[in-house]
Amino acid sequence: MHVLLFPTLLAMSGGAAGPSSTRAVILQLATVDYLILASYFAFVIGIGWVVRRQMKTSSDFFESGRSLPAWICALGFIGANLGAQEVVGMAASGAKYGIATSHFYWVGAIPAMVFVGLFMMPFYYGSKARSVPEYLKLRFDEKTRTFNALSFAVMTVFSSGISMFALAKLLNAILGWNFDGCIIVSSLIVLIYIYSGGLTSAIYNEVLQFFLIVLGFLPLVILGLQDIGGWDGLMKNLDAYSVTKGMPGAWSSSWAHMGTPTANPIGIEWFGLVAGLGFVLSFGYWCTDFLVIQRAMAAKDMNAARRTPLIAAIPKMMFPALVILPGMLAIALYHKGGTANIALPVGADGNPDYNMVVPAMLAKYFPNGMLGIGLTALMASFMSGMAGNVTAFNTVWTYDLYQRWINHDASDAHLIKVGRVTTVVGLILSACCAYAAAKFNNIMDMLQLVFGFVNAPLFAIFLLGMFWRRATGHGAFFGLLLGTLSAAIFQGSTLPVGETVSLLKGGWLGVQQTFASSMAQNFWMAIFAFSGCFLGTLFISLATAPNRTDDQLRGLVYSLTEKQTDVPGSAWYARPMPLGLLVLGATLVLNIIFW
Amino acid sequence: MQLDIRLPMGLLFLLLGIILVTYGFVSDHAIYVQHSLGQNVNLFWGSIFALFGAAMLWLARKKAK
Repeated sequence: MHVLLFPTLLAMSGGAAGPSSTRAVILQLATVDYLILASYFAFVIGIGWVVRRQMKTSSDFFESGRSLPAWICALGFIGANLGAQEVVGMAASGAKYGIATSHFYWVGAIPAMVFVGLFMMPFYYGSKARSVPEYLKLRFDEKTRTFNALSFAVMTVFSSGISMFALAKLLNAILGWNFDGCIIVSSLIVLIYIYSGGLTSAIYNEVLQFFLIVLGFLPLVILGLQDIGGWDGLMKNLDAYSVTKGMPGAWSSSWAHMGTPTANPIGIEWFGLVAGLGFVLSFGYWCTDFLVIQRAMAAKDMNAARRTPLIAAIPKMMFPALVILPGMLAIALYHKGGTANIALPVGADGNPDYNMVVPAMLAKYFPNGMLGIGLTALMASFMSGMAGNVTAFNTVWTYDLYQRWINHDASDAHLIKVGRVTTVVGLILSACCAYAAAKFNNIMDMLQLVFGFVNAPLFAIFLLGMFWRRATGHGAFFGLLLGTLSAAIFQGSTLPVGETVSLLKGGWLGVQQTFASSMAQNFWMAIFAFSGCFLGTLFISLATAPNRTDDQLRGLVYSLTEKQTDVPGSAWYARPMPLGLLVLGATLVLNIIFW
Repeated sequence: MQLDIRLPMGLLFLLLGIILVTYGFVSDHAIYVQHSLGQNVNLFWGSIFALFGAAMLWLARKKAK
């Protein structure tokens, strides 16, 4: 959810840039906490060092030699995504929106993860493409690939820089640590382990970090629930809080208040939510973003690759309890006893500073010892966000840009070298982005907007490319441009309520429609961008000659690819289809329980 | 030969568990009254960490045999 990630992180930067410079340090560490931090980072670097010996070919470095078991890829798959927006951002949203935040999981992530595992992975993995842009080259043409590779490369560096910036700013605010020091140390740690162990090292560390976050944050939730009087106590306090916000009951239900945008704090109605978030944005992220797809492509065989997102979906659907619940607990505690109960700083607009939810909960419930664990988990999440982006960046740069355009005949050993140098360059560029974010907030907002335009329509060309063999290279490329244009026109003619017309907020072509929130504007923009791209690709494809023969399309398009059959007699959990259906069924049940 | 991730993971969680449990024994009980509703969360959760680490090591060993 790149598109959704930036606002959160940038909001964090905004929040931390102002009053935080004078904000008191809220976490007091003891020797034991430093000991825990040091042990963790020693292991992280150690893993990179040991894995280094496995890096013999460029495939080892960029694709983990396509050798990993499904469960490791699955934990890497969600681990790479378990960055700052999940841990800090989802808790912030939990406080801001209540249970409805779970839509990001039970409507957003899970259906898309099941779809990519069951229906798209056969083409990604089966095509033997080494990256998502390379698939686009095989399916469409070189220009579509290069366009995707370039925008993806810039975006990954940018996201990794924003993660770095948010980490440094947060540590500066809650611990009083030096901003530059945080940037340098976090880059160095990530550099060491990716430089030595490539993708394998990144995935292994994501697995480690996954368990650290789960085990590190669980006691926070348990203590918070004990304190507020269990689930009933939480609901009672949230209901009381929602009354003060003029939306009674909206914090304690996920669907009941989705009838109209004004009835819920997200400011969106069910259709925009399901179509915009659930379909366009989520499928666009989980099904096409190389950052996550790369983890599944590292699997040892087709069955493992297909099961990667499906296995990942099981812990993913439980995550709301881990990352959203702390935010709901914090706001309930805050309502119950104000700042005496939980040290949640209040922002200029009178609302609590939601991005400080996790640090405030850590400060309240974790004594030294567990505090070290919580802080380590928090830092690990930021760093895996950086590492995920850097590994995706060095692969796309090396295979899709360097090998294609600069040195076509590069030897395999040379490609590993390029990958390692790219890792260094990528991190230096990320650090530059981090400083740019610190200095010019507007440039970052602008970039985020542009990426929103470019990304929103992307899923349409994958959908058509994989399931309609008549889709052509020109159709995809110009369809993508049309989708981007639709997004820009839509943004230019709409505005969230209470905002003034500007390039960033929208309405610069004349306001035709206002939305209850900028999130609603964002979801609807995605719907328009997708439709523009879909129709554009459709018509341009029909008007242009096919540029691939059926033979070339074998293994890349649904109708020309042999259907995946399960190994006869294998257990249900070893077969993608039953596993996928089980995941969907469980998600449906969760939606109903928390309706 | 690929590194079995369960080996370093087991070692790390066992180590963190031991650190937490040890600290749970030597630390002043006042910090638990102040933070974790009077429960020695380091002792309790540290044991969970250690158990998880030990289980991972056991799995890694079982596979190596």
